[in-house]
Amino acid sequence: MIALLILLIPLLGGLVSFMIGDHKKWVGPVFLLAAGLQFLLVLLALTSWDQPELHRFSAAWMSDVGSSFSLSLDPLGKVLCLLNAVVYFLLALYLQGRSMQKPGAFYGWLLLAQAGMMGVFLATDGLLFYFCWELALIPMYFLSSIWGGPRRIAVTFKFFIYTFLGSILLLAGLIYLQSLTPEKSFALDAILKLNLTNTQQSWLLWLILPAFAIKLPLFPFHTWQPDAYEEAPTPVTLVLSAVMVKMGILGLLRWLLPILPVAAYQWGDVIMGLAVGGIVYASLIAWRQDDLKRLVAYSSIAHIGLMGAAAFAGNLGSLQGLCFQLFAHGINIMGMWFLVDLIERNLGTRKIADLGGLAQRSPGLTLFMVIIAFANIALPLTNGFVGEFLMFTGLLATKSNYYWVFTVVAGSGIILSAVYMLGMIRSVFFGEGPSQPLPPVKLSVQEQLVLLIVVGLIFVFGLFPQPLLDVTASYSDNLFKQIDISYLFKNF
Amino acid sequence: MQDIFQLAYWIPLLPLLGSLLNGLGRRYMSRSMAGWIGSLSVLGSFVLSVLVFLHVKSGHSEVIHYFDFIKVGTLTIPFSFQLDALSSLFLLIITGVGFLIHVYSTAYMHEEDPDQFARYFSYLNLFVFSMLLLVLGSNYVILFIGWEGVGLCSYLLIGYWFKNPAYTAAANKAFIMNRIGDLAFLVALFWIITKSGVVGFQDFFSFVQQHQFTERFTATDITVITLLFFIGATGKSAQLPLYTWLPDAMAGPTPVSALIHAATMVTAGIYLIARSNFLYSLAPHTLHLISWVGLLTALLAASIALAQNDIKKVLAYSTVSQLGFMFLALGTGAYAAAVFHVMTHAFFKALLFLGSGSVIHAMGGEQDIRKMGGLSTKLRITYFTFLIGCIAIAGIPPFSGFFSKDAILLSVFLHSPLQYGLALFAALLTAFYMFRLLFLTFAGQFRGTEEQKHHLHESPWAMTLPLLVLAVLSVIGGWVGIPEVLLPNAEPLIQFLSPVIPVVPHAVSHETEYILMATSTVLVLLMVLAAWWRYRHYQPGVSTSPFTRLLENKWYVDEIYDKLIVQPLSWMAAWLRSVAEAKVIDGFVNGVGRAVQYSARQLRFVQSGQVGLYVLLMVLSMAVMLFIQFFIRK
Repeated sequence: MIALLILLIPLLGGLVSFMIGDHKKWVGPVFLLAAGLQFLLVLLALTSWDQPELHRFSAAWMSDVGSSFSLSLDPLGKVLCLLNAVVYFLLALYLQGRSMQKPGAFYGWLLLAQAGMMGVFLATDGLLFYFCWELALIPMYFLSSIWGGPRRIAVTFKFFIYTFLGSILLLAGLIYLQSLTPEKSFALDAILKLNLTNTQQSWLLWLILPAFAIKLPLFPFHTWQPDAYEEAPTPVTLVLSAVMVKMGILGLLRWLLPILPVAAYQWGDVIMGLAVGGIVYASLIAWRQDDLKRLVAYSSIAHIGLMGAAAFAGNLGSLQGLCFQLFAHGINIMGMWFLVDLIERNLGTRKIADLGGLAQRSPGLTLFMVIIAFANIALPLTNGFVGEFLMFTGLLATKSNYYWVFTVVAGSGIILSAVYMLGMIRSVFFGEGPSQPLPPVKLSVQEQLVLLIVVGLIFVFGLFPQPLLDVTASYSDNLFKQIDISYLFKNF
Repeated sequence: MQDIFQLAYWIPLLPLLGSLLNGLGRRYMSRSMAGWIGSLSVLGSFVLSVLVFLHVKSGHSEVIHYFDFIKVGTLTIPFSFQLDALSSLFLLIITGVGFLIHVYSTAYMHEEDPDQFARYFSYLNLFVFSMLLLVLGSNYVILFIGWEGVGLCSYLLIGYWFKNPAYTAAANKAFIMNRIGDLAFLVALFWIITKSGVVGFQDFFSFVQQHQFTERFTATDITVITLLFFIGATGKSAQLPLYTWLPDAMAGPTPVSALIHAATMVTAGIYLIARSNFLYSLAPHTLHLISWVGLLTALLAASIALAQNDIKKVLAYSTVSQLGFMFLALGTGAYAAAVFHVMTHAFFKALLFLGSGSVIHAMGGEQDIRKMGGLSTKLRITYFTFLIGCIAIAGIPPFSGFFSKDAILLSVFLHSPLQYGLALFAALLTAFYMFRLLFLTFAGQFRGTEEQKHHLHESPWAMTLPLLVLAVLSVIGGWVGIPEVLLPNAEPLIQFLSPVIPVVPHAVSHETEYILMATSTVLVLLMVLAAWWRYRHYQPGVSTSPFTRLLENKWYVDEIYDKLIVQPLSWMAAWLRSVAEAKVIDGFVNGVGRAVQYSARQLRFVQSGQVGLYVLLMVLSMAVMLFIQFFIRK
C-alpha cells in the first residue's frame, strides 16, 4: 500500500498543481506540501512502517500481455525513494517564493517526473518499469524546452531523442525476455528464473545496456548531458543529476546484472574500462570548462563513471559502496546546484572568467561551497568518502585481470577532482576579483536552512554511515550471490 | 589514573570544539576571545596528553573502541584510538608545540580583523584536531581520515590570505601534490583490505605474522604495500619527487609554517612508516629505496638551501632536508632514531620558524635576508634563541639535534659507508646554510631602509615566551636519547618506544662511536667557522656563479615538472575538450541525429518542427505498445 501511495502523492500533487496554475500564490505551497508529505511517508516507510507486506502492491494491468501493476519497496528502492523525497523536499523549500513563468505547470511537471522516478524505483514488472521510465522522461522534455536557456530547443531535442533511442532498445529487450518466459510474463521474478544461454545474454546485454548507459551517462554515451544540464533551468538540472541518473544505476542493479550475470561478467572488462576511462576523460574536460554548470556536469560524469564501474565490479564492497554513493552523490551534487543557482541568480553570470573574489563579500556562500566541494572530492568524514572508499575497495578486489589498472586509473580521478574543484574555487571565490567588485550574495533564511541541511547530511552520513549501509546490507549480499561468477560457474 | 585513557577522546575533541566555536562564532568574537579559545583548547589537550603519556610510561597501552565506522560483510572499520608509546609521544609533540604556536599566533596575527583572526584560529584548531586523529587512530582508515584532514587544513592555511593569487596557487599545489601521494596510500589500504580483510594495526600485523610469505600474503604483497605507503609518505612529508609544494607552502602565515610545515604535519609520513615498522622490516628492497630517496632529498634540499635569500625559504628547504634524514633513518631500519629526530626537529625547527616570524614582524614584512643584517643588538631574545636553534640543527653537542642526528648517522654508517659519507656531507651543508642564515640576518651591518631601522623592535612576550620555551627544549630535548657510550644504561626514549618499535642491538665498538661523533662535531664546527668567515661582513651584489644561479633557481625542478607534466596535461585536456569531445564523439552523435532527422523529414506527415517529431515518436511508441498487445498474445 505504501508503495502505491509513494507513487500517487506526487502524481496527485502534480495534477493539482496543473489545475491551480492560475493561482500563483498557491502553487508553491502545494509543491511544498506534496514534497513534504512524500518525504514524511518515505521516512515512515523506512522506520515505523517497515513491514514487508506494507511495501508491496500488485494489481491487474494489461494482463493479456503478461504485465501487472506490481510495486515493491526493496532496500535499494528505499535508498532511492529516500533520496528522491529528500531532494524534492529541499528543492521545494528552496523554491518557495520564486517567481517564474507558468509556475503551476513547472511544479506540475516536476511532480510528475518525481512520480515517474518513484515508479522506476518501485516497479517489479518489466513493462511497468519501462512505462515509468518514459513517464519520468517526458516531463523533463517539457521542463527543459519551455523554461530552459537560449539553446534549449535543440539541446532538449537531442537529449530526448538520445534517451528515447535507448528506451526503445530497452523495450525491445524486455519484450524479448517476456517472450522467453514460459508464462509470457513481464514480472521480474519470472524473468529471473530464465536460463539464458551465454549468447542470448550477450545480445540482451547490448540491447538493454544502452538505455542505462545513456541515462547515467557512461562514456562515450554522455554528450547529451553537459548541454542538457547547461540549458535546463537549474532546479531541473538538479533533479536530473541528483535523482534521475540514479535510474540508470537502478537499471543496472535490479535488471541488467541479475538477469544477465554471465554477460555482465564477460563484458565487464570492456564496460569497466569505458567507465574508468570516462572518469579521467571527464575530469580533464571539467578542468578546462569556463561555465560553472558545465564544470559540475562533467564532474558528475566522472563520479558516475566510478559508480558504473563499481556496479560491474560486482562484489560486496563495491555494491555496498555504490548503494551508499547513490544517496551521497545525490545530496552533494544537489548542494552544488543550489550554489550554482545562487551565484547565477545573484550575480547574473556563471562564467568563471567573469567571477572572482566572492570570498571577500560572501563568506557564508564560500564556506558552503568549500564544504560541498570537499564532499565532492570525497574527503573523509564527509559522506562522499564512504561510498568512494568502498567502491574502490571493491574495484581492487574485482575478478578482472585488470583489477589494479582499473583501480589506479579510476583513482587518478581522486587527484583530478581536486584539480578542477580547487581550481574553480580559486578562480571564483579567491583572488581580488574583477575591478568592478561583484555584489555580495545574500542568502535568504530558507536558502540558508536548505544549505545547512545539506551540510548536515554531508557530515552526519560522513561520520555515521552505518545506518544507511545497514539498510542495503542484505540486499547487496543477495545481489552479490546472484551475480557472483564463481558461484554461477559452479552451477553450469 | 586508570581512567585517564577513558578521557582520551577529549584530546582531539577539545580542539575540534575550539575550531567550531571560533569558526561559527567568528563574527561575534573579539581577538582576545578567539585567541583564548584557540589556545586554551590546545592547552587542555596538552594536559590530557601529559597524563596519557605518564600512564603509558608506567607500562599501559590500550585500544579504545568507540563505534563501528563502517561495516561491510566481514570487513569492520572501527572508530577507535590506540594509546601506546608511539602515539602518546606524538600527542605530546603536537599539543605541546601546538600550544606554544597558538600563543605565539595571538600576537603575530594581531593586525588581522577580528573575524579573520577567529577564522585563523578555527583553522589552526581544526588542524590540531586532524593531526591528533592521525596519530590516535588504531587503524589505517582513521589514520587516513586524519591524514586528509591535515591536508585540508594545510590547504586552508596556506591560502589563508586568499586575495593573493600566488598564495591560493600554492595552496592548490600543496593539496594536489598531496593527493598524488594519497592515491598511493589508498591503493595500499585497498590492497591490505583485499588481502587480509582487516585494517587495524594490531589485527593486520598479526595477520602478516601468520601468513607472511605464503600464498595469502606473498613477498610481492609486502613490497607493493610498503612501496605504496612510502609514496604516500613522500607526498605528505615532502620527499623526492613530491617535495616542491612545501617551499611554496611558506605563503601561509609564519606560525602555520612552524606548526604544520615543520613540526607536525610533514612528519606524518615518518609516523606512518614507524607505525608500520613491522611490515617494513620484511621489505628490504623498499627500505633500501627509502634510504636512497631520503638521502638524495636531504642532499638536494640542502644544496638549494645554500643559495636561497628568503628567510622562510631557507628554513623550508632545511625542513625538506631534515625530513630526508628521517627517511634515511627509516630506510636503515633505525625507526626509533627517526622518531627521535622528529621530536628534536619539532623543537628546533618550530623555534627557528617562530624566530624568523619575529624577525619578519620586526622588519615590517620583509623576508629577504640580503636586506637584513645586524639585528642581534635590536632583537636580543630572538637572536639568542635563533642561535640556539642553529646550534641544535647543526648538530653540536650537547644540543638536541646532535643526539638525534648522531643516532641516524651511526645507523647509516653500519648500513653503508657510502651513504654515511653522503649523509655526513648533507649534515655539513646543514651547518653551513644555517649559519649563513644566522650571520646574514643578525651579524654585520643593517642593510634595510632607514624606516625599517627606525621601527626595529623586539616582539611582545606572547611571541618571545614560546621562543624561550622552545629554546630550552632545543637544548635539553635530546637528552632523552643520549647514547649508551656517553651515559651507560641511558637511551630511555628507545626503551620507551620498544613496545612499538623493537630494539635492535647494534654490534659496534665504543671506539667507532667516539670517532664518528668526534668527526662530525669537528667538521660541523669547521663549517660554522667557514660560514662566519664568508658572511660576517656580507655585502649584497656579489656576482654569482652559474652554479649558484642553478641553486637559486632550485635546480629548475618546478619548471621541469611544469614542462613535463602540467603543461602536457593541460594541452591534452584542452584538446579533449575542443576536439575529442566536440568534434569526434558529439560530432558522431549529431551526425546520426541529422541523418535521423533527414529521414524523418522525408517521412513527415504532420507539421514540421520539434513538436511534430515529438508526436511522431509518441505515435511510434504507441504503435509498439499495440504491437505487443496484438501479436505477442498469440
